[in-house]
Amino acid sequence: MKDVIIIGAGVIGTNIARELSYYDISIMVIDKNTDVCEETSKANSGIVHSGYDAQPGSLKAKYNVIGNQMMKSICEDLDVPFIQNGSLIIGFTKKDEEELEVLKAQGVLNGVKGLKILNKDEVLKKEPKLNPEVYSGLYAPTGGVVDPFQLTIASAEVAEMNSAIFQMETIVQSVEKIGDFFVVHTDKGDFTSKILVNAAGCYSDHINNFLSENKQEIRPRKGEYCLFDKQIGTLVTSTIFQLPTSMGKGVLVTPTAEGNLLVGPSSFYVDDKEDKETTLSGIKYVLETAKLSVPSIPLNFIITGFAGLRASEIGKDFIIGEQSDVPNFYNASGIESPGLTAAPAIAKDLADMIQEKNQFLKRKNAVRKRKNIIRFEPATLHQKKRLIAHDKEYGKIVCRCEMVTLSEIKQAIHRPVGAKTVDGIKRRTRAGSGRCQGGFCAPKVLEILSEELKLTPFEIAKSSKKSTFLLGLDKELKGGSFE
Amino acid sequence: MRRDLVIIGGGPAGLAAAVGAYEAGLRDILILERENKLGGILNQCIHNGFGLHKFKEELTGPEYAFRYIEKIKEYNIEYKLSTMVFDVNEHLHVYAMNEEDGLMNIKAKSIVLAMGCRERPRGALNIPGNRPSGIYSAGSAQFYVNMEGFMPGKEVVVLGSGDIGLIMARRMTLEGAHVKMVCEILPYSGGLKRNIVQCLDDYNIPLKLSHTVTAIHGTSRLEGVTISKVDEKMNPIPGTEEEISCDTLLLSVGLIPENELSKRAKVEMNPATSGAFVDESFETNIEGIFSCGNVLHVHDLVDYVSEEAETAGHNAAMYVFGKLKHSRKVLLKVGNGIRYTVPVMIDFSNIEKFQTVRFRVSAVYRDCSIKVHMDDTLIFSQKKKIMTPGEMEQVLILKKWYIDHPEVQVITISIEKRTKDE
Repeated sequence: MKDVIIIGAGVIGTNIARELSYYDISIMVIDKNTDVCEETSKANSGIVHSGYDAQPGSLKAKYNVIGNQMMKSICEDLDVPFIQNGSLIIGFTKKDEEELEVLKAQGVLNGVKGLKILNKDEVLKKEPKLNPEVYSGLYAPTGGVVDPFQLTIASAEVAEMNSAIFQMETIVQSVEKIGDFFVVHTDKGDFTSKILVNAAGCYSDHINNFLSENKQEIRPRKGEYCLFDKQIGTLVTSTIFQLPTSMGKGVLVTPTAEGNLLVGPSSFYVDDKEDKETTLSGIKYVLETAKLSVPSIPLNFIITGFAGLRASEIGKDFIIGEQSDVPNFYNASGIESPGLTAAPAIAKDLADMIQEKNQFLKRKNAVRKRKNIIRFEPATLHQKKRLIAHDKEYGKIVCRCEMVTLSEIKQAIHRPVGAKTVDGIKRRTRAGSGRCQGGFCAPKVLEILSEELKLTPFEIAKSSKKSTFLLGLDKELKGGSFE
Repeated sequence: MRRDLVIIGGGPAGLAAAVGAYEAGLRDILILERENKLGGILNQCIHNGFGLHKFKEELTGPEYAFRYIEKIKEYNIEYKLSTMVFDVNEHLHVYAMNEEDGLMNIKAKSIVLAMGCRERPRGALNIPGNRPSGIYSAGSAQFYVNMEGFMPGKEVVVLGSGDIGLIMARRMTLEGAHVKMVCEILPYSGGLKRNIVQCLDDYNIPLKLSHTVTAIHGTSRLEGVTISKVDEKMNPIPGTEEEISCDTLLLSVGLIPENELSKRAKVEMNPATSGAFVDESFETNIEGIFSCGNVLHVHDLVDYVSEEAETAGHNAAMYVFGKLKHSRKVLLKVGNGIRYTVPVMIDFSNIEKFQTVRFRVSAVYRDCSIKVHMDDTLIFSQKKKIMTPGEMEQVLILKKWYIDHPEVQVITISIEKRTKDE
């Protein structure tokens, strides 16, 4: 019996686990994937929104603005890349400027600080690569970019250091409440808890609907992106938005916290909660729309494309808190944009709600900070020298595009919530996320994982268990003998 | 640390450059290689066909590399393995690292850039669909099969008919996989004719020209691809889609010279090759920095890499000895039908008898001529039956032409075609 079970190890679930792990309770996080951060948390814009866009009075507005204010200190504590680069929403006509004024007023209502309308000259001075047809812009200095992988992984690491258990590769089949306890039925058996937290992303409606009469419906909304080589990562310095539509904040062009350029997302509803395919039309739309903001985006610098699903609830707002007809069942449901920004605020608030009702004791010597793996690439010459002197495996480059060393990869495997997959290594160290996309380093990373985890090379996968790379030995397949 | 010559890369280009420099009399040479053995990509090219021009016999990749490695050892040329160069600047400082020496700052009198190229990844193609495992660049698959003994798949589609793709279609077949087809978006193959015959035709592997992959299926491991025919603008034609089940997609969709270090040293790049602009000595715009091999332009045969790299190494030695001349350079102009030339300019004071100019054509040309003009004067014409973008072409520019036209500003190389095969 656990005190708390959290379903979902995305940015919401891991941040809730982190906040709750400061108390002296037993926590289990259940997720179907091999690694944390495998769903929406890995495929989004990585933007820390300022909060002008959300409907005043909504939970989205509330948690966005608080989350934005919390982000800097949380990223310092967790050693997560975060840059407050500011957001710039651009308009192309006088009428657009009126809408920018409305957004500004909405932002002020939501408590967003520093919003300012810039005229054409000011906009182009700030961002010379923007379309010269721009009429004016709304500047939000509190906007930023964060590494969404690190924000999720770091929170999971802290939670695990505080004794939380990550029950991975476990598919929740149903949930029921028996007496005062929750029973989570999974393909790996039943798990029980006193408190249940629903952070199941696109499936949070299923979890809620097993237990509550207050039904939810998540309609996944797809977003597609193109990621560009770091060589053009400084094409713009702020995050460039176009005017939002009913389908979202529009296509943005932004530097990422790691120095790439990111363009996207598209936005359309899909029926299948597993449909994370990029589409020809979606990518085309994203690139064409982005070119309206920044006409000179060089398309030959695209290094990858990806799609994610927003867990869009039909009520159009976050659903946060204890379900009224199911005591001790807490929802963090319907988390779509600005969910990444809001994650630390949602987690803190939800943990406070649970604590207020339960009055847990504080965990003695709880870990609240975490240091990331020391990265070789951004280090100064002097630091590089010291790193190699201290650990000679810092002298061995595995990923040449991102200059990731053997030491970093081994650390990523052996840390709390360590990497078990090639994608897990990529999100923790950036090995394979550069311009060759793992062409050279994936075989080496596979070999290191196999050695360090004492698994055969045939068992090492990209992400999910079935996504293995190697299917046999040379000649083994001949004559149909291999199956 | 100081060295007369630092060679970045111990593949075929770097090795030949070292030999060239040594044979020109230079002794203080250091080769820096990032892998744990010399030879570069040749080590995984276990098929034969190397060395026909250079050694007049058919060698495998490792055998070809061995010939040069033997010389490196015979000449006692210094090399460091598992050593990554992470920065080079225009003042000829080379920053490198490995586990044993830690961080090294080497002041070189000359540098040869010989870093080779990398394969264009899937992401650059924008193929829609999921991101399952089972999609490899042809070179990665070659590494698994030839170096590690692992099979990355059993039901295979190859996209792109570059030489590595063709070679891997054969290799996967020989190792027991079923290679269903090779798709090529262009109406002609990007590989050598002999590879199409020996790697596809001999194994009844269909080559589908003007076809590309338009969707990827499968969420964990690849389950299949959709292929489509494309029009002359390379856009997929609706209604021509065909679903092919497969667990593996190999990509051979182009090679990109790895010039990140060159750019840090402020070496000027030629957009047509994605390699440096070099002159007849293979010297870049930065004095004392030379470039050769696939980092300069992607070659079809390693024999030509060796030849150019030996010249580059020789000239680096001449530069160190103060014997390389820097006087008036005559520009080489890319004329009709030519994609690029290497070099892009010639200083005839460094030429004894002739300068070999290598180039690629921009489409398939039949029954046409290569023409050389010095300014407006036609000076040379050579009939060719067929020229394809997959094969490098060459012309020799003779010193005596220059002696006859000492005022020449521009030499233009062009293709005069009779019929053009789209």
